Amino acid sequence: MSGPILTLKDVTLGYDRHPAVHHLTLQITRGSLSAVVGPNGAGKSTLLKGLSGALEPLSGTILTKGAARMAWLPQTAALDRSFPISVFDLVAMGLWHRLGPFGRLSPTDRTQVHDALSAVGLSGFERRTIDALSGGQLQRALFARLMLQDADLILLDEPLAAVDTKTSADLIDLIRTWHAQGRTIIVVLHDMQIVRNIFPQTLLLARECVAHGPTEDVLSEHNLARARDMIEAFDEAAHVCAQELVS
Amino acid sequence: MIYDALIAPFTEFEFMSRALIGCIALSLAAGPVGTFLMLRRMSLFGDAMAHAILPGAAIGYLVAGLSLTAMTLGGLAAGLVVVLLAGLVTRATQMREDASLAGFYLISLALGVTIVSLKGSNVDLLRVLFGSILALDDAATILLCGMTSMTLIGLALIFRPLVMECVDPSFLRSVSRAGGPVHLVFLALVVTTLVSGFNALGTLLSVGIMMLPAITARFWATELTGMIFVATLSGLAASVVGLLVSWHFGLPSGPAIILVAGCFYLLSLAFGPRGGLILKILPQHHLEA
Repeated sequence: MSGPILTLKDVTLGYDRHPAVHHLTLQITRGSLSAVVGPNGAGKSTLLKGLSGALEPLSGTILTKGAARMAWLPQTAALDRSFPISVFDLVAMGLWHRLGPFGRLSPTDRTQVHDALSAVGLSGFERRTIDALSGGQLQRALFARLMLQDADLILLDEPLAAVDTKTSADLIDLIRTWHAQGRTIIVVLHDMQIVRNIFPQTLLLARECVAHGPTEDVLSEHNLARARDMIEAFDEAAHVCAQELVS
Repeated sequence: MIYDALIAPFTEFEFMSRALIGCIALSLAAGPVGTFLMLRRMSLFGDAMAHAILPGAAIGYLVAGLSLTAMTLGGLAAGLVVVLLAGLVTRATQMREDASLAGFYLISLALGVTIVSLKGSNVDLLRVLFGSILALDDAATILLCGMTSMTLIGLALIFRPLVMECVDPSFLRSVSRAGGPVHLVFLALVVTTLVSGFNALGTLLSVGIMMLPAITARFWATELTGMIFVATLSGLAASVVGLLVSWHFGLPSGPAIILVAGCFYLLSLAFGPRGGLILKILPQHHLEA
């Protein structure tokens, strides 16, 4: 491992001036494998959205070191499963960084798509349309697309939600493989057992950073109880943040 | 006999051959554009835009009289302004796109009817609303073919990011900033197709040649390419059959074409192999696992 790949300086992310997660200052080390955990509404998905660049911070800065290529897998709800596209074409989207809007798939590219599908156990599914896939199969296809993106930094938002045990185990194996290849991986998860077993680093969120560091330290009873207490309801009549006024 | 019924009207009468060329050009562009509109759940967007182009066409009419070219360019300008304003309001405020579009197209429609009534009669308004494909002259036919060609080229250029924007907009956002521009270009292509069709079929019916073949295709194909192919083919067939029906039975040509497209849709709804009603009603054995 070497140096930070991501540096957050006093970052606040939210919608329409209301922060979902605020005043985050932390670093993510290159090549690390980190989990992001916290109660519902803690701002985990918003954080990943901000890290991916899809959501501009309300304040603060997010610095990405070097020419890191990023891949982001949001929750599958964002995907239109009724669109009549084949599994092959969905996975081939992962080659956008090489093909752009006009590039043509070469025989090598085709082989890569087939190999990625084979790696996630979806050989033979190439010509099926995505509406014919189960939730677990679709998640496998999206992991195949991630493989083709060949990213240095991979952001996964609840990738194991609504998949069976076998699929979950296979996807975790893929995450481990990517980590072993030196990629930096940040995963939003709810299953604390998986976090404790697999992830060396954890960020515990509750609309702000409760704790960040080695998983066993972060997931202490004290920190988890504090995170539960810190979740507040969305306040339409909230005042301007005192910290913002000071700075 | 067959020659007289099916071929002669197009070879012996110049206005019929021009109408056929116009309809073919229109169907080639309307099929793919309509398919994307349907798949983006924007089937009624075309209808709203068909109303929105009215003031532009009316200003063209005020300036140059019944000049198809002036009315087409005016309609194109009005449609693009409405699309752009609706898009900007959606991005700048909390307003959803359908709501902001509804606001602008209704203002546009009222403005259009007012302008037509300032200088013109009900006959002129009917002409703008329902078109007259048999009155296409050389200049209007060339303009129509040029605009539909531009639409097809534009669609080819944005095809890949447009598909990505439809299937997985957040993925496109994570790999490229093309999402917003692609959406706006697509809406501009919709307007161009509608305006191309409005000379021939009028503002109200031009949306029919775009949407009816597209929703027909849903009952025959499972993949995007197949759907675009069926939609285009269905639009072409409706154009040819509609023109012949209009010729032989003395019916207005625009409504005849759209009614034939409507019949194709109803037949597909009943007999289509992908979700047609008859197949759903008939008892069928399940397949092997």
